[in-house]
Amino acid sequence: MSTNGMESWAVDLKDVGAMYPFQGSEVLMVIIGLVFWIGWHILQTRHENAEIEADMAADRSGDETREAIDRY
Amino acid sequence: MEGNLNALTTIFTEFYYWVTIVMMFLIHVGFCTYEVGVSRRRNHLKTLMKNAMAIPLVTVTFYFFGWWIYFGFPNGPGMVPGGLATAPFAEPWNPLMGTHLSGVNPGETGVTPTDAALWHRLNGVFWGAFLLFSITTASIISGSIIERARSGAFWIVAVLIGSVLWILDASWGWHPQGWMVKLWGYHDAYASGVVHAIAGGAALAFLIVLGPRIGKFRPDGTARDIPPHNVWLVTIGLFLIYTGFWGFYAACNIPLISPATIAGQITGDTWTATNIYLAPTTLSAITFNFLMSLSGGMMAGYIVSKGDPFWTFSMGLCGVIATSAGNDLYHPIQAMLIGAIVPSICYKLHYFVERRFKIDDAVGAVAVHGYGGFLGVVVAGFMLWGQPSSPYEGFAHINPLGNFAGAVLMFALGFAPTFVVCKILNSMNLLRVPAKVELEGVDFALNHAFVASVREVAAAEKALIK
Repeated sequence: MSTNGMESWAVDLKDVGAMYPFQGSEVLMVIIGLVFWIGWHILQTRHENAEIEADMAADRSGDETREAIDRY
Repeated sequence: MEGNLNALTTIFTEFYYWVTIVMMFLIHVGFCTYEVGVSRRRNHLKTLMKNAMAIPLVTVTFYFFGWWIYFGFPNGPGMVPGGLATAPFAEPWNPLMGTHLSGVNPGETGVTPTDAALWHRLNGVFWGAFLLFSITTASIISGSIIERARSGAFWIVAVLIGSVLWILDASWGWHPQGWMVKLWGYHDAYASGVVHAIAGGAALAFLIVLGPRIGKFRPDGTARDIPPHNVWLVTIGLFLIYTGFWGFYAACNIPLISPATIAGQITGDTWTATNIYLAPTTLSAITFNFLMSLSGGMMAGYIVSKGDPFWTFSMGLCGVIATSAGNDLYHPIQAMLIGAIVPSICYKLHYFVERRFKIDDAVGAVAVHGYGGFLGVVVAGFMLWGQPSSPYEGFAHINPLGNFAGAVLMFALGFAPTFVVCKILNSMNLLRVPAKVELEGVDFALNHAFVASVREVAAAEKALIK
């Protein structure tokens, strides 16, 4: 029992195809991968929103902003 | 024709490894850039020199004995029959450790025609590639101990880890005939354990004995952040390490070999690239998996660290390290997911260990390399369960227990000897600079000399103004 179906290297390499584990679950892996990618955008957007809200609430007087502009 | 084909293969292999050595040098440019970026301004020069001088020190010692250790100890301390293996071509006094064209001169001792045919063009480039792994292993420790460790102490540990310990573990678990591969089915194709876990274990031992930087912990024991003085430099350094890592990965493969040369169970006459165990893989496989695991690590790092550049880049590196044990065989999406999950655990572990045990790891090396490498080996044991570890008959198959035991052994082999050596150095007052020097900055004298020179030359020039 092997995760990629190979038990030994007593084979002719010209007869060997895919070697990765859990062959046959490629579609499931792609779905999980897509969820990871889309999930990343959702979490990143939430994080960026919170960051922008904090920036908006900061420096009411504008002093730090003027300093930042002067620093270039 | 066959002779020319063999010559072409040999020269191609020689050139292939030579290119990997050049690429891997970028890892060290990256480490130096990164460490200087993390250190505060009063510590730059000593930080740079501490890391940079590991290069010549590990190089000469790896020539004198490191290379021979790799071939001498695959049977372990009596783990499999055979005892100490002979490897005359790796002894520093052997003619094959210099320019050689494969014949045997009259009176030339210690060179057999078989050794000469195999090693005359490959010895130097194999030695060089392994040496760059060695320097990497040493450099990993360097960053975590900045701003308070004595350079001399680090250089002793660098030789210990770079030219003795890591190459010993490579002989055991990263060698086609290594006892860990034979008995345990240990699989660690791109060195999660044999380079990173052992270096992380050594770094942790060094840090425990060394103690934290002054000011790292508040009186109530909570940790202060000591930010890098230049985040730009840190991230460029990590980018350079990523780039050099391509060479590291390529150097872990044999680029082209025939089944007849492997002389294992593989039948037919299809030539192939292999991993270090001489089991088939492809450069395409590692290209897919390197990039997907790097991406998984960076994406997870961005979220977990809330966009912190230092940790986003570090977790990208950790993603690669966490999949390196099995990146010859993983599917790219598996590499991406492992590359995302393991670094997230390592990030949490870094702060847990810092909080709980007051460990001040300035660059997170124990987390990125130590925990990342350890977990990477463990995960590979599950993911590749039952697959053949070797093309040779009678070797154990890859399995979770074998890889777990291997990961523990790698970490411990770095930790225990380094702990003992650091204790000895500490007892001799050779491990840490005095508190006054740490507060002044380890560059204090160098900076004084610099300022004095600037003032003197400026005064001399101003005196000439009419």
